[in-house]
Amino acid sequence: MQLNIKYFGLLAEITKCNEEPLNFSETSVSELLDVLFYKYPELKTKDFQVAQNNEIVTEETSVLGTEIALLPPFSGG
Amino acid sequence: MERYQRHIVLSEVGQSGQDKLSNAKVLVVGAGGLGCPILQYLAGAGIGTLGIMDFDIVEESNLQRQVLFGMTSIGRNKALAAKERLEDLNPTITIKAYPEKLTSKNTLELFKDYDIIVDGTDNFETRYLINDAAILTEKPVVYGAIYKFEGQVSVFNYQNGPSYRCLFPIPPKEGSVANCSEVGVLGVLTGIIGSMQANEVIKMILGFDDVLSGKLFCYNSKTTQTSTINISRNEKVFEDVLSGRNVLHDNNLSVSCDSPIQEILVEELYEKENIQFIDVRELHEQPQLDLPNCIQIPLNRIEQSLDQIDSTKTNIVFCQIGNRSKTAVGFLQKQDINNCYSLKGGILALIKHLKIQTS
Repeated sequence: MQLNIKYFGLLAEITKCNEEPLNFSETSVSELLDVLFYKYPELKTKDFQVAQNNEIVTEETSVLGTEIALLPPFSGG
Repeated sequence: MERYQRHIVLSEVGQSGQDKLSNAKVLVVGAGGLGCPILQYLAGAGIGTLGIMDFDIVEESNLQRQVLFGMTSIGRNKALAAKERLEDLNPTITIKAYPEKLTSKNTLELFKDYDIIVDGTDNFETRYLINDAAILTEKPVVYGAIYKFEGQVSVFNYQNGPSYRCLFPIPPKEGSVANCSEVGVLGVLTGIIGSMQANEVIKMILGFDDVLSGKLFCYNSKTTQTSTINISRNEKVFEDVLSGRNVLHDNNLSVSCDSPIQEILVEELYEKENIQFIDVRELHEQPQLDLPNCIQIPLNRIEQSLDQIDSTKTNIVFCQIGNRSKTAVGFLQKQDINNCYSLKGGILALIKHLKIQTS
């Protein structure tokens, strides 16, 4: 499955891109995160939520969508 | 009234809508980058009672984005300076300034006097306090937050919609997200995000259908990309806050750090011997301190890296400007590593000092 992963805020600084395509054959969000953590170890130290096709999902959710977003909290004002 | 003629001619507003705005009471917490445009448009729109809360003082570095202030505001309290400017903009409304910090003691009482709370703060501690107090007092919150070129906007706790904790259940690890003064922010972005927050306030008061509740709007000013993410209401979050598991009643859930923290000025470093510098910024952050007695331990890894810290040395902990290093030293002191100091002003102060010494 070809996914498009979007990174927001400081996560995009770690991955050095706002979005990227990813070939993914596993099933859950948690397994997808393992792939991303392997690729970008620093991501593991950050707080963020995952959205699939614009819906917030949990780690147990199956990856069925094509658009994945990693959203960190922002504190600035 | 001539003042609101451009509103009243809009069929969606009219005199009745303008009357709703005049009867509304809105509290804006934080009169900074977001707070200034929020306040400017809400005062212009004729919000009948406008509360402004900010304990902070206007500095020159604020003027790049905090549009209510000018050179004559420098050194003044933001809430009071904003009130004065807004009273000139619209003398027909009531403006109340609260030149103090929002705390677990004053929040509930204050929120009761307002219909809508607007979050224009710059730290997680206050954001979670606003969220939890808004749940307890049943007030909607218009949320906005920024990071460099990116902003988030949403409306929480509105008509059975989700709250901030439904999106981010717990405060992030201390120091894992840097603030504006450390990483910078594009001035105009605060204007865009703050204006969107003011817009949501007005939509709610006018009773428009499509309030940004249950959705997180994300905007990137560099790429002009937007995303809207749906957020579901999590009942457990509300039950927890209502049953006392909230930052107002349980200090362990707060992100603040109260213990006295040892700090040191750059000039005082010469009095110390056997110095070990510890850089607690993220590895990619610039400028780097190129010294043999400097090690890097990003703040969020300090707990796992205690074995790298030699308590027989004078540990000088630094970050960019001295905030994260304070958190780190607070943590080390709790581990009984007491020979450590947070460098005031961070690496920026150190480099400035070294340049003066070598020039």
